[in-house]
Amino acid sequence: MTPELGQLALILALLLALAQSVLPLIGAWRGNNALMAVARPAAAGQAVFVGLAFFILVWAFLHFDFSVQYVADNSNLQLPWYYRIAAVWGAHEGSMLLWVLILNVWTVALALFSKSLPDVFVSRVLAVLGIISVGFLCFILFTSNPFGRLLPMPPDGADLNPILQDPGMTFHPPVLYMGYVGFSVAFAFSIAALLGGSMEQSWVRWARPWTNAAWGFLSCGIVAGSWWAYSELGWGGWWFWDPVENASFMPWLVGVALIHAQAVTEKRGSLRAWTILLSLFAFSLSLLGTFLVRSGILTSVHAFASDPRRGTYILCFLALVVGGSLLLYALRAPKVAGGKAFALISRESAILVGNLMFTVAAAMVLLGTLFPLLGDALDIGKVSVGPPYFGLLFPLLMLPVMLLLPFGPFLRWGKSDTSVLSQVLTRAGIAAAACAVIAAFFVHGQLKSIAGVACAAWVAVGIVLYMAKRWREMPRGRRYPAEMAGMLLAHFGVALFVIGVLLSESLSVTRDVRLSPGQTATVGGYEFRFDGVTQTTGPNWVAEQGVVTVMRNGSLVADMHPQKRTYSHEQVQTTSAVDPGITRDLYVALGEPMDPNHVEGAWALRLYTKPFIRWIWGGGLFMMLGGFVSAADRRFRVKRETEAAQTILTPVRESQA
Amino acid sequence: MSRLVPFFAFVLLAALLGFGIWWNSAHDPTAVPSPLINKPAPAFVLPKLDDPRQMVSKDSMLGKPYLVNVFASWCFACGEEHPVLMAQSKQLGIPVIGYDYKDEAADAKAWLGQHGNPYDVVITDQSGHTAIDFGVYGAPETFLIDGKGVIRYKRIGPLTPDVIAQQLMPAIATLENAP
Repeated sequence: MTPELGQLALILALLLALAQSVLPLIGAWRGNNALMAVARPAAAGQAVFVGLAFFILVWAFLHFDFSVQYVADNSNLQLPWYYRIAAVWGAHEGSMLLWVLILNVWTVALALFSKSLPDVFVSRVLAVLGIISVGFLCFILFTSNPFGRLLPMPPDGADLNPILQDPGMTFHPPVLYMGYVGFSVAFAFSIAALLGGSMEQSWVRWARPWTNAAWGFLSCGIVAGSWWAYSELGWGGWWFWDPVENASFMPWLVGVALIHAQAVTEKRGSLRAWTILLSLFAFSLSLLGTFLVRSGILTSVHAFASDPRRGTYILCFLALVVGGSLLLYALRAPKVAGGKAFALISRESAILVGNLMFTVAAAMVLLGTLFPLLGDALDIGKVSVGPPYFGLLFPLLMLPVMLLLPFGPFLRWGKSDTSVLSQVLTRAGIAAAACAVIAAFFVHGQLKSIAGVACAAWVAVGIVLYMAKRWREMPRGRRYPAEMAGMLLAHFGVALFVIGVLLSESLSVTRDVRLSPGQTATVGGYEFRFDGVTQTTGPNWVAEQGVVTVMRNGSLVADMHPQKRTYSHEQVQTTSAVDPGITRDLYVALGEPMDPNHVEGAWALRLYTKPFIRWIWGGGLFMMLGGFVSAADRRFRVKRETEAAQTILTPVRESQA
Repeated sequence: MSRLVPFFAFVLLAALLGFGIWWNSAHDPTAVPSPLINKPAPAFVLPKLDDPRQMVSKDSMLGKPYLVNVFASWCFACGEEHPVLMAQSKQLGIPVIGYDYKDEAADAKAWLGQHGNPYDVVITDQSGHTAIDFGVYGAPETFLIDGKGVIRYKRIGPLTPDVIAQQLMPAIATLENAP
């Protein structure tokens, strides 16, 4: 009976979402306060019912209700409780439910924290979020019902894909969706602004903390996914330019551009139409990502079940939402190039260059991702572009960004003088050159590493110089407001990321070896001794566990235990052993026994040393932190409607931040 | 008018995605046709595993059809395929060349010693350079090459009794019936 209640809850949520999307729009159009007032209660009610449906699905997993098809397909009696919760979003139906749940979390947060904004505006924003919710609830109810029954009820279920049985699975999808779906808020703000047609720019200020927070979540989700792939898949890589990874990376790239464009529009009034367009793009790419992952249109390692009916549905929804919003943009976007003029050397120009690079990078990733499809469409056979394409073009596009980054904060809005810039150029340039020389001593002519160190030093020293300038020139308490602190953190993350990527890419050593118990292999100065294989068991798997002792210069560095697990349904999954460190990771993956009948004999092992790889994720986490910190700036918390009204009348004061 | 550009770009994109859905429902998206089928096999000169001084080349094999089976001692799926080859390679009626791919000679010899050698001759490609010409992207893969040096059939993944009976044997039969 309970699963049917879940379905009923979804139907009620759909009805409330319809009310939330239609009535406030009419209210805002006709100036009817009663209809506009429907938005908040309808959003709250919808969230309650979506939450209830989600809870019922969790409950069904926790209580082994195998009469629910989705539960029977993705869990069994041996699966530990935490993976049974993660299994809720382990396959298509549940992950769509998670999508809608998170959309509701954002909607309710917006309904709560928008009391000071004009009612007309908030009703429109909530209505747009309601429309998106309607689309996804219909999708779930008509094509992907997670509450479908399976009769007769089987005694036990199938298994959750072993790759997904990892702590990363409990964490990565919800956080990633928080980011993906969070861009819906910036999207809704833009649509509301287009519908309102007002020329004012205060909505951008209201939208900024939401965009920054969503982007922070997206950064965190991507980092979590990358780390998970690294530790679980046994390839030792951290990014594969896989279509599904790209699907999350494209909104992230556009998100970077959007965050900066919003800053320009808020403070200077320029780039209005561009900011609107970017917020449409960011969320459109989130939807497109959902489409790519869910329609199975591109084959990928994430290999979700494909169903043409679902693909067709999402495509129609995509066409309505994205096509509709772009059409609205064409009709209503601000016609006059508003805002203050800016000179060639100004902060606006620098941000514009960065924006251009990030947008082109997103387009480049989109083209690469869809290339196999283009190949089919133009009938030039199966073609796909892989890491060589992305690995060449992406750094090329990011190079100008890196070069400009230290100057950014020093540049003034409108027009900047060049004297301070040449000072930065000299100091950061000397620091970068010095670091490059020092690095050259250690890495023996690895150009990539030297470039990485120099580039990171260039960026980091630029940040430190700016921090010092603020320290000298500003009174206490006003030196680093949250918005600026966030910017500094995120930019510092860029430096960490660059050094991590280039050092680990160029200095990593991989060896595939065949070792009998007692034999050693040396990789990157570390001696890996293989001490044979033992049997071990987990809650729902048995494993052969290699014992590998790592020594360096005669002293013990780590005991490592790579596993080859066999899950309850004969699915085999390797679990690599990683010994993490700030300057290097040691990584061991267990391959196959040379003779399947003699597991006590020699085994194939893959050994890696990966210098500085952790800095990649460290950089990502700094960027995430930057997003969150700047979202928390008090300046964004508009208190009264009067104040909001004032910002409409008098353009925002010129701010140095 | 320029404000309509994003909209039209999206229309093109949506059309492409729609095409993708249609295409996927009409085709098997996992089937990767080899562009080399019915094309001359790439020229190769590779040493024999048991005697690296002796070379086997495409020219030396001209005249009658043969099978090239890409394998490696490190390759898990090759272990699954191996018993099938052991049982059936002699019944194919054509020479079977083992193509040892990116492998240490000692490992390959040990592997063949342990599991048996179904091949008439084994050649080695330690660097994997020639394999690139063949478009090999993993082991095992199998190529059927006719007497004129033209690739007639290709299998990606292990040969199974079903694949041999339903695909490979008919392909060999058409070669033998051809003039």
